[in-house]
Amino acid sequence: MTDRYVVAIDQGTTSTRCIVFDRRGQLVSLAQQEHKQYFPRPGWVEHDAMEIWRNVERLAPRVLSRAGIGLGQVAAVGIANQRETTVIWDRVTGVPIGRAIIWQDTRTDSLVHTLASSPAAKDVSETSGLPLATYFSGPRLRWMLDHTPGLRERAERGEVLCGTMETWLIWNLTGRAQHVTDVTNASRTMLLDVRSLDWSERALDFFGIPRAMLPAVRPSIGGFGTASEGFPGVRIGAALGDQQAALFGQTCFTPGEAKCTYGTGSFLLLNTGADLIHPENGLLSTVAYQIAGERAVYALEGSIAITGSLVQWFRDQLELISSAPEIETLARTVADNGGCYIVPAFSGLYAPYWRSEARGVIVGLTSYITKGHLARAVLEATAWQTREVVDAMNANSGLALTTLKVDGGMTADNLLMQMIADVLDVPLVRPLAVETVSLGAAYAAGLAVGYWPDLDGLRRNWHIAGQWMPAMDPAVRSAEYANWRRAVERTFDWIQPA
Amino acid sequence: MPGTVQSIERAAAILRTLAGGPGRLGLTEIARTLDLAKGTTHGILRTLQLVGFVEQDRVSGQYQLGGALLHLGTSYLDINELRSRSINWADPLAARSGESVRIGTVLEGRVLVVHHVFRPDDTFQTLDVGTLLPLHATALGKVLLAYRAGGPPPDLEAFTRLTLTDAKALGTALEGVRDAGWAGEVEEFLLGQAAVAAPIRGYGGLVVGAIGISGPVDRVCDSRYRPRPHLVGYVRDAARAISRDLGAAR
Ligand SMILES: Nc1ncnc2c1ncn2[C@@H]1O[C@H](COP(=O)(O)OP(=O)(O)O)[C@@H](O)[C@H]1O
Repeated sequence: MTDRYVVAIDQGTTSTRCIVFDRRGQLVSLAQQEHKQYFPRPGWVEHDAMEIWRNVERLAPRVLSRAGIGLGQVAAVGIANQRETTVIWDRVTGVPIGRAIIWQDTRTDSLVHTLASSPAAKDVSETSGLPLATYFSGPRLRWMLDHTPGLRERAERGEVLCGTMETWLIWNLTGRAQHVTDVTNASRTMLLDVRSLDWSERALDFFGIPRAMLPAVRPSIGGFGTASEGFPGVRIGAALGDQQAALFGQTCFTPGEAKCTYGTGSFLLLNTGADLIHPENGLLSTVAYQIAGERAVYALEGSIAITGSLVQWFRDQLELISSAPEIETLARTVADNGGCYIVPAFSGLYAPYWRSEARGVIVGLTSYITKGHLARAVLEATAWQTREVVDAMNANSGLALTTLKVDGGMTADNLLMQMIADVLDVPLVRPLAVETVSLGAAYAAGLAVGYWPDLDGLRRNWHIAGQWMPAMDPAVRSAEYANWRRAVERTFDWIQPA
Repeated sequence: MPGTVQSIERAAAILRTLAGGPGRLGLTEIARTLDLAKGTTHGILRTLQLVGFVEQDRVSGQYQLGGALLHLGTSYLDINELRSRSINWADPLAARSGESVRIGTVLEGRVLVVHHVFRPDDTFQTLDVGTLLPLHATALGKVLLAYRAGGPPPDLEAFTRLTLTDAKALGTALEGVRDAGWAGEVEEFLLGQAAVAAPIRGYGGLVVGAIGISGPVDRVCDSRYRPRPHLVGYVRDAARAISRDLGAAR
C-alpha cells in the first residue's frame, strides 16, 4: 500500500506556502513563494489576488514533486489564510476588480469613524462579536463599493463576487464551481451573526453590502468540493482563518486551552467551547472552528498588530540588521534595554486598546542607548504586548493562564521566548511543529475525509519540542511593566481628527 | 601556468580593485581599470554579489566590498539565523527518530549548541541551547572537526574509556567521517549514550554547522554497537534539507 498524505495551503500575508504532511503530522515537503506588497499610499496595503492564485498553481506540483508523491496519494487539501483581506472579482471573467485590500490597511479610518456615530453601530458589534474597526472586512467592502464607479449596481445584479482569500482560492481551485466561505473567516467580516452563523441582515444594511455578492457560509471542516485546478481530483476538506488553524494545529480542542502565534502580528486565542463569551477589555469573540453537523466552537481572541513586522522594520527601514534572526544576536550584545522602550503603534493599537489614532513611539532615549538596546526594546515590545493581552484574557474569562503554547516564525528566537515566559510568569511551550497554521489546515482537512479518525488521534501527535521557564525577579517585572504602560500612554491621541 | 583558473584570478583582481578604490566603483570603471570586457566583468560581479563578497548600491548601481568578506574567517552564518533556518527540519527529525535533536557550531574550540529539540516523549527536559560540548568526544563535534581546516584541538580529554584521546586515532576517525558523510559516537562522552550527526552546508558547500540526534545506546545502536542505518538516514536527510534551504546546492 502506498502512503497517503495531506496537503495544506497557507495563504499568508507575505507569502503562500504549500506543505505536505504525513500521518504523524510531520512536515514532508514545503514550497513557498512570496508575493508583492503594494503600498500605494501611507496606510494602504494591497495584494494582487491573481498573483496569489498563480502562485498556488505553481506551488502545487512543486510541493508534490519535492515529496516524491503523486496526486493520487493526496487524501485531502486544507486551506488556512490571512484573515480579513478582501477581494472583489468579476463572476464571468474571473478577473479581480482592483487589488485585494489587506488586513493591515487603514484606509477605512474615516469611514469607520462616521459609521461609529450611527446608533446601529453598537448592535452590529454585539451581533458580530467584534469592535467596529478598520481591521475587519465589512468596512473594507463598503469602501470598495463606494470608490469603484458602477460597482454597487453590478454587485446588486450579481455580476461580481466578493470574498476573503479562502473564498477566492476555493472558487479558483474548483474551476469556479464553489463560491463559499468558512465560518471562521466569515466571523471576521462584522457581517456574520456569530450566534446563528449566517449573514446578518442588520449588518448588511448597516454597511450597505448587497447579499448577492457574498459567498455561502459553510462549516470549516466538512466539504468545499473537489479541486479541478491545482490539485485536480483532490477533495478540499477544510478552510480556516490562519489563527484559528493554528489553534487547531496546537490541538487546543478543550475549553481553557490557549495558544499564541508569533508572526507578522501575533494572535492569542483561547478556546471557550460551545459558549460565546461576551468579549471585554478589547478582546474579540470569534468562531474557532465548526465540524460539519456539529455545534461551532468559539474562541476569545487578543490580536496584536505589530510584532514580527517590527523586526522587519528594524531590518528593512532602519537597516540595522540584515536578517530577522540577527535581532537576537544584536540584542544579546547588551544586558538590558538601557531604559529604552519602543511601542509599535504603526497603524494604531489593537488589543487591549483598539485605538486607531495612536502612533508609534521610542521613549527613554539618552546618549547611552546603542542599537543593541533598540534591538532589545524591539523584542520586549512583543513580550509586553503579550502580557497585556494575557491580562485582559484572564480578566475576561475568569481563568488564569497556566502555560502558553506558542508557534510561528518568531519562536525560533530563544531570547524572545525567554522574555515572554519572564514577563508572563508562566512556562512557554513550543510543540514539535512550528508551522502550526499549515498543520491545523492539514489536520482539519484530514479529519474531514477520515484520514485521521478523531480529535484524540490528532492530540496524540502533539509533543513538546521546547520549553522556557520564567526566571525574572518579580520586582523587576513589575517595574518594567509600569514603564511599558507609561510608554504606551505616550502613543495615544497622536493622529488628530481632520 | 597550468592549474590556474582565469575567472578566479579576475575575481580576485576585482576585489583588490574595490578594496583599493576610493569608495564605490561603477561597472565601467572596474572594467576599464582591469582592461576586461564589460560583459565579463559584469558576470564576475554578479557571482561575487551572489556569495556576498560584493554589494551593489541600490540607487547608484555602483559596487563595493560585501559584508560577507568582513566575516570571512570568523563566523560564517549568524547562529540565530542558523536556528531559524533549521527549525522546520529539526522537528521532523525528532519526530521520526524519537530522539532529541541538537544543532551545533564551533565556538572557541568547542561545540556550541545553537538549537535543541526535546525527545518527543513529553518527559521533563531542559533546553540546553548555549551549552558547550567537547569537539572530539561528540558526533556533532567530529563532524565540525572533519570539515574544518587545521588540526584537532590539542587537549583530547578523556570522558570515558572509549573517548578518542590519541590524535592519530582521531585523525583516522575524522577521515572516516569525511568518507561516510556522517559521524557516530558511542559512549565516548557519556556512558550509555550514543549519537549520530551530519554536516549542514551553506553557500558553496561550506560546512556551517552540524545536526544530530542522541539517545540511549540500545535505541540508537544495533546489536553490533553501530548506529542504526535508518537513524543515520534520517539525520542525513535533515542535514541535506537544511543545506538545500541554505543554498548549498548552488
Ligand atoms: N529569529 C527571529 N527573531 C525575531 N523575529 C523573527 C525571527 N525570525 C523571524 N522573525 C519574524 O517573524 C515573522 C515571520 O514569521 P512567520 O510565522 O513566517 O510570519 P507570517 O506567517 O505572519 O508571515 C517576520 O515578521 C520576521 O520578522
